[in-house]
Amino acid sequence: MSPRLRAILMRLVQAIPVVIGVVVISFLLTRALPGDPAVYFAGAAADEASIAQIRESMGLDKPLPQQFLNYVIDLVQGDFGQSISSGQPVIDDLTNRLPASLELTLTALILSCAIAIPLGVMAAKKPGSLSDQLCRILVTAGVSLPTFFTGIALVYIFYYLLEIAPSPLGRLDFAFIEPDSVTGFYLIDAALAGDWETWFAAFKQLILPAVTLALFTLAPIARMTRASMLSALSSDFIRTARAAGLNESRVTYGYAFRNALLPVVTTLGMVFSFSLGANVLVEKVFAWPGIGSYAVEALVVSDYAAVQGFVLSMALLFVTLNLVIDLTYSLIDPRIGFDSK
Amino acid sequence: MTLSTSRRNFLKMSGGVLGASSLPLLKIMPVQAANKDVIVAVTGQTINSLDLHRKGTNRASYQVAVNCYDRLVSFGTKEVPGAGLSYDYSKIEPELAESWTISEDGLKLTFKLKPNAKFWDGTKVTAHDVKWSFDRAVSVGGFPSVQMKAGGLVKPEQFEAIDDETFVITLAQASKLTLPDLAVPVPFVINSKVAKAHATENDPWATEFLHKTPAGSGAFKVAKWMPGEQLVYERNDDWVGGPLPAAKRVIVREVPSPATRRALIEKGNVQLSFNIPNKDAKELADKVDVYSTPIENCMHCVGLNYTFEPFQDPNVRKAVAYAIPYEEIFQTAAYGRGAPLWGGPEKIDSIQWPRKSPYFTDLDKAKELMAQSGFASGFSVPFSISLGLSDWMEPTALLIQENLAKIGITTEIEKIPGANWRTAALVEKKLPLHLENFGGWLNTPDYYFFWAYKKGHLFNSSNYMNPEIETLVDETLHMPMDDPKYAPNIMRMFEIAFEDLPRIPLWQPALNVAANGAKDYEFWFHRQLDVRPLKGT
Amino acid sequence: MTVTHENSVSANAQKSGALSHTLYVLKGNPVTLLAFLMLGFFILSALMGEHLAPYDPLASNADRVLQPPSLDHWFGTDPLGRDVFSRVITATRLDLFIAVSAVALSFVIGSLLGCVAGYWGGKLDIILSRTLDTIMAFPIFVLAMGIVAALGNTVENIVYATAIINVPFYARLVRAEVNIRRNAGFVHAAKLSGNSDLRVLALHIYPNTLPPMMVQVSLNLGWAILNAAGLSFIGLGVRPPTPEWGIMVAEGANFIVSGEWWLAVFPGLWLMLAVFTFNLLGDGLRDIVDPRQRS
Repeated sequence: MSPRLRAILMRLVQAIPVVIGVVVISFLLTRALPGDPAVYFAGAAADEASIAQIRESMGLDKPLPQQFLNYVIDLVQGDFGQSISSGQPVIDDLTNRLPASLELTLTALILSCAIAIPLGVMAAKKPGSLSDQLCRILVTAGVSLPTFFTGIALVYIFYYLLEIAPSPLGRLDFAFIEPDSVTGFYLIDAALAGDWETWFAAFKQLILPAVTLALFTLAPIARMTRASMLSALSSDFIRTARAAGLNESRVTYGYAFRNALLPVVTTLGMVFSFSLGANVLVEKVFAWPGIGSYAVEALVVSDYAAVQGFVLSMALLFVTLNLVIDLTYSLIDPRIGFDSK
Repeated sequence: MTLSTSRRNFLKMSGGVLGASSLPLLKIMPVQAANKDVIVAVTGQTINSLDLHRKGTNRASYQVAVNCYDRLVSFGTKEVPGAGLSYDYSKIEPELAESWTISEDGLKLTFKLKPNAKFWDGTKVTAHDVKWSFDRAVSVGGFPSVQMKAGGLVKPEQFEAIDDETFVITLAQASKLTLPDLAVPVPFVINSKVAKAHATENDPWATEFLHKTPAGSGAFKVAKWMPGEQLVYERNDDWVGGPLPAAKRVIVREVPSPATRRALIEKGNVQLSFNIPNKDAKELADKVDVYSTPIENCMHCVGLNYTFEPFQDPNVRKAVAYAIPYEEIFQTAAYGRGAPLWGGPEKIDSIQWPRKSPYFTDLDKAKELMAQSGFASGFSVPFSISLGLSDWMEPTALLIQENLAKIGITTEIEKIPGANWRTAALVEKKLPLHLENFGGWLNTPDYYFFWAYKKGHLFNSSNYMNPEIETLVDETLHMPMDDPKYAPNIMRMFEIAFEDLPRIPLWQPALNVAANGAKDYEFWFHRQLDVRPLKGT
Repeated sequence: MTVTHENSVSANAQKSGALSHTLYVLKGNPVTLLAFLMLGFFILSALMGEHLAPYDPLASNADRVLQPPSLDHWFGTDPLGRDVFSRVITATRLDLFIAVSAVALSFVIGSLLGCVAGYWGGKLDIILSRTLDTIMAFPIFVLAMGIVAALGNTVENIVYATAIINVPFYARLVRAEVNIRRNAGFVHAAKLSGNSDLRVLALHIYPNTLPPMMVQVSLNLGWAILNAAGLSFIGLGVRPPTPEWGIMVAEGANFIVSGEWWLAVFPGLWLMLAVFTFNLLGDGLRDIVDPRQRS
């Protein structure tokens, strides 16, 4: 077994207790939610008997340990249960909605990186300068804005006042038909189908929420880029490179930047997890059919299965993401690059 | 059609509606493309099932039962001055039934079905389908069975299909509520052959199948359902239940943010915004068509729980009633929409309900009553409101809180999340001071009292119990309204209710709907959107 | 900034201590200075609160509902006729209280856990690390939502929820800092001179973690305010009628489209300024405690 494979396996093994922990915590958390879902879902005029009937059919009349056992057994068989508020199997809901959230989050992250990384590099090259200060104020202002406020303000300005943005109605204007689902990402699916009108329509819907989210994620990325560029630029190998007479741009981008990327990628992972959470609010403002808004609704009505499914899928996503980051690490770190194996 | 309608299928289905030629146009002008044939409505609620009988189906989903299924009978339509069209409780009209007769003793109802009524799959609607559907409604439990019970329909043995076109209901007790109860969304008629084909041993009523795939004879079919996003109705051209709807396609979009909904309707991007906030209704009234219909048999009220010691003192209850700043609440929480329910005459002179209580804002009188009570030095009490209804409950509670402080009652406002609200307020009935908003589907005062004033009944959130009310409700509930004993009994009920004050009426709320490019919206007691009468303009 | 400056800084610092260093950094960094001034302003409004407010923040006034900003009502009035300016000012105390107590709580708990895990290591470390990993595997905001929904929406529970989701950050930071120092020379020296483990940990190792912790604290304060505001936005915030920025923005947001922009904009601005202040402060503190990062 190659050391790399072993390392990956080790990472996977390490993730197991985390996943178990998440299953336990999400189960306990949902059971701690106030209210009796059976009463809630029995409907407006249900009597005692029909509430009891529903409680029984939901398995809520059994003691907690047994409920947990049933839950785990179902999980192992790939059954996430049925969401009561949406009426669909949780797994269907998640597979329908996860791509929406991911598309939004990833677009926002790409946008954010495209702005924040150059900003950070620029700031690091002339620390203390006016542009450094401006950049700092800009990104800090971005992260200081509550996302729901930014979102509403953007809708008001660009849709209501200026009328240049499309109506904030989910992923696609209702006159369009969503592209055949391949990845669930409308941009990718529409491109695959060669349907550029739909692609453009989906893109237009995506701009405002993505900008809202990107504003919020600028700061950590720009800050980390600046900090790691600073430490890279002040390190010995850069000094050596400079002394060896390499030109400035090669030093900056060829050597310093490549080294500075490592902590930036780690930060990206954090930011990704963070913005999936922040998504909850953005999705609510833009009627975005993602899992964030799904989780909020489910939480408010104590929809156990939906909350558990959401939390679990998030955790799995997070674990996978960390794994991917670790792998990316080895790709961009010159010390553990593929060729040095 | 089901959830998984593919793009190609969808295009095929919509071909007849949108027309192949209009499709490219539609893509270029997505918003304006909504022409007369297509109506787009927005709502803040989520439709979570296409089957009303299924467990866990929420209120917003009832509209599917209304638009996609038929009942034996329906209510007529009337014009409400200043508020457009409304259903008419006093007029029962045929839907699937062509005619009906009621036996002399009122115990046997015989329905003749329309011979040309067809389900969407082209098969004939028979009395056996009606029987299966009614059996289902009384057997699945939960809300459908409870609602059926209100009309005296409790067990399958009561229903009989004599032949394909004759259906008979047998009652244990004649009741004025039975026929109207057949016109509520619950007893809808399902294509039993299709449903039975998908029934399983664990699921004899095919709830899993009908949950996603309606099988009815109604005016609209479901062309597409994306839970949490939209529901697309497509007209059933063979409908015989009533006049053929004008719109070929109605799209119901779910938009959680009220601000976004307002912008959409204001700009005309959508033709209808269902259940808009009172404030928007007031402000949009001169820009778009706004229908504000006071909801029949419904009132927003303050609940004083009889298990909370200070509220057992009649002087305290009356003091609270005199301390409430009614007019301010009506203006700030309801923006003047709906009907005031305070400052009425001392003497009860009619059986109109909801009606104005004899109380009004008078802080001096309230202080006087507090001084006479056993709690002259005041007390403190939590004031509970529902998080889901905070748009009207919060301003109301804040204003009441302010005035109660002036008479020595200190309150702390407690917002209870949706899942817990029903349990705490209605099932456990443990909230000392709270707001409540029950509305009865069947529009008679006795029906309201049955739910809200009888001991142990669900909406009696005040734990109120008065032996005289118990007997009066039992007597009047099934009594015909033209019975000479009916009116005096009802008026006596009102008298007791206003004297005992377990619920202090505030105002009768309105259901607000804004239209911009659609007309003939009709209000229904079930407070869901009936898309059948809508016309594009 | 050049190396010579750096040298003169350390020379100065040796002479007259940290204060002059701080002043020096502030002089070279007007943004941080600004942040300190704004912090002073917020602390003042938190302390003075109701004395600065021209109106009773809770008193409704049916005659003056939804008035736009004017000389009488600088920030306008809300649907109940309450003065928005007074509410914004009095809300400062509560918002700062939530942020400070949540961060203080996670600081203390995080430090304890981090010290234990970092110093003694072994099984304890593994268990703690995995537990923290588990907490961090939740999207943070969603976890906070869940906790508040489960415990009920009171100020204390918002504080607890915010504290819990922040604990892992502190614990990890402290663990790492303690871990790299537990075998350092000065630690061995301290042990050899007869100090107990606890004493070495508390007096010799832990203080070293404080500088990076201060930065984290400052950033987290802003973050905690945002978190509380977000909870309010989805309806899990503090109880009415208590003024709180997040709730005011959330409720005001629904009025923007109808033209009553002041309801959301002013509390939003205040909220933003407060978070902005803490974030800038965090940056500034980093410069002060870690001059190397400034090159």
